[in-house]
Amino acid sequence: MSALVEFRDAIRDAIIEEMERDESVVFFGEDVAAEQGGVFAVTPGIQDRFGSERMFDTPISELALSGAAFGAAVAGLRPIIEIMFGDFMGLAMDSLVNQSAKYWYLSNEQRSVPLVVRSAVGGGGRFGAIHSQTHATWFQGIAGLKIAFPSSPAEAYGLLKGAIRDDNPVIFLEHKRLYSVKGPAPTADQEVLPLGRARIARPGHDVTIVSAGKGVADALEAAEQLSGDGVQAEVVDLRTLRPLDLDTVLESVARTNRVLAVEEGPATGGWGSGLLGRVAEHGLHDLDDAWLLATDELPIPYSPTLEDAFIPGAAAIAASVRERAGIMLH
Amino acid sequence: MTSVPSGIAVETEAPAAYLERYGLMLLIRLFETEMQRLFLKGEVHGTTHLCAGQEAVPVGVCSALEPGDYLAGTYRGHGHALAKGTSPDALLAEMLGRATGVCAGRAGSMNVIDVEHGLVGCFGIVGGSIAAATGAALAAKRQERVAVAMFGDGATNQGYFHECLNFAKVFSLPAVFVCENNFYGEFTPMRAVTAGQDIAARAGAFGIPSAVVDGNDVWAVREAAVEAVQRARSGSGPTLLECQTYRHHGHSKADPARYRPPEEVERWLARDPLTTARVRLVELGVAEAEIDAVEEATRARMDRAVEAALAAPYPDPQAEHATEFAP
Repeated sequence: MSALVEFRDAIRDAIIEEMERDESVVFFGEDVAAEQGGVFAVTPGIQDRFGSERMFDTPISELALSGAAFGAAVAGLRPIIEIMFGDFMGLAMDSLVNQSAKYWYLSNEQRSVPLVVRSAVGGGGRFGAIHSQTHATWFQGIAGLKIAFPSSPAEAYGLLKGAIRDDNPVIFLEHKRLYSVKGPAPTADQEVLPLGRARIARPGHDVTIVSAGKGVADALEAAEQLSGDGVQAEVVDLRTLRPLDLDTVLESVARTNRVLAVEEGPATGGWGSGLLGRVAEHGLHDLDDAWLLATDELPIPYSPTLEDAFIPGAAAIAASVRERAGIMLH
Repeated sequence: MTSVPSGIAVETEAPAAYLERYGLMLLIRLFETEMQRLFLKGEVHGTTHLCAGQEAVPVGVCSALEPGDYLAGTYRGHGHALAKGTSPDALLAEMLGRATGVCAGRAGSMNVIDVEHGLVGCFGIVGGSIAAATGAALAAKRQERVAVAMFGDGATNQGYFHECLNFAKVFSLPAVFVCENNFYGEFTPMRAVTAGQDIAARAGAFGIPSAVVDGNDVWAVREAAVEAVQRARSGSGPTLLECQTYRHHGHSKADPARYRPPEEVERWLARDPLTTARVRLVELGVAEAEIDAVEEATRARMDRAVEAALAAPYPDPQAEHATEFAP
């Protein structure tokens, strides 16, 4: 229990345990079975364990990869696929949006499509505009899809297990700046996390900071800084962006009366603006303030100085809360 | 072009089996005739894509399949569904948006799904069926089943075609790729937009065996399909069949198909797969009376389907209990 677990190892452990538990779980993607285990070294050794029928490298072929995952899921398998960088999801969209997401409903519930699409997302790695995006919002409006975005090793473990056991198509986002993060091993109640439930990552009573993925880690760090100023921030980890656990957010806002959504992506069309709209719709009577900290409406820049300034990190979150609350720095 | 290697035994069958297939082709033709009539009466909504003229392809292909095998069809998919075993009652009711439809009216003409009969789905995006069947083949490999993709000539210019043929060959999947080449992608002639102008030849680049098949001859389609299905089931990987055929109608209900030269249309109409199959049955010694009886029974079957579908209720929005997610 006391041992620390690295984020990438938590992902690998979850995949291995689910493949052991359920023969119908298969896993394929680009370079995932190769010795290194993918470009972020998340999945080494899995093929040795399960053989090349259940875990294999594919051509660089996102249409075929995602289409094959859909067809295989309909025909009885539970595929996990890796679309290496989330940015490549543009190529995989038809199978996910037009085939997988709609199947349960269109078929009049004849069959669901249990598949998981893992991708590395997010900026801060100096990968430039087309290897740094967070594609969650591209899929935000698609009924029938679930979107999970874990914030820590223990959460990644439980959410991935929950995603693999879920009978619906799940888009699973792994922030590339979290892969090397070490955190406490999963607790008993983090073993398998059902999708659609947010959690209070840090209790507080002055302001609610809502985020997902690495944004939660940043919000927690910001909350520590703010406590030095006498501000107790509550941090809500959404865990899944779809379905959105609005109730947990509303309950928090009822305690704090202020809500900040932190999103690594443009404000327009993002989950953050959608969330704040829903909070206003259902919790206006509890609200004294609601605002969004997102990125500029620009592609993600390459140069370290530009990229660091572009992404809302812990310092930016803390500064935003101070500014909004009228707190001067000591 | 790599041609299908000969030497795989194709069973010789009694004419009675072909009489049954003729009946199924006629059912599809009558279904499409009814679709056109009911569309003009406002009973079929939105749009619809008729496959009249192409019946021999799905009937010949499905005759080579076991009930547990998978088929992914297209938005021109009424024939795909009927040939795979979907009941005409459930299919027609779906077209009419009725609660008794195979998808309870949720899917409509372009998106029919019938899991019970191995119809993975009909796909409204050109090329989508190729991906669906490739994935089904991945599962089918474990299940000793085969997965078939039906698609048109237009789909062979999509990424799905090239990526999935490569994928299926690399993993030696039990897939059969059946191109219904009706020579027009929507309103545009296939030859004007297809580099090389030879669809079957494209398989050669992937090392996939292929054949050009007379898609208006149900005997020829079946023979090619039996070989391809045997190859898939025996673990020898995918095949591409280019079945050349012709649609009697335009692309969709909005298309009078004036872009097709009248002499071309006449030439193909003279090779109507139903007419030629009927002539062949008689040549093989099937009595006219027997054929007449099948025709009569098929007409009665279709009439019952129409009557039942028109009498069926529309889905009640108040009574719908749709859930976004599977539990």
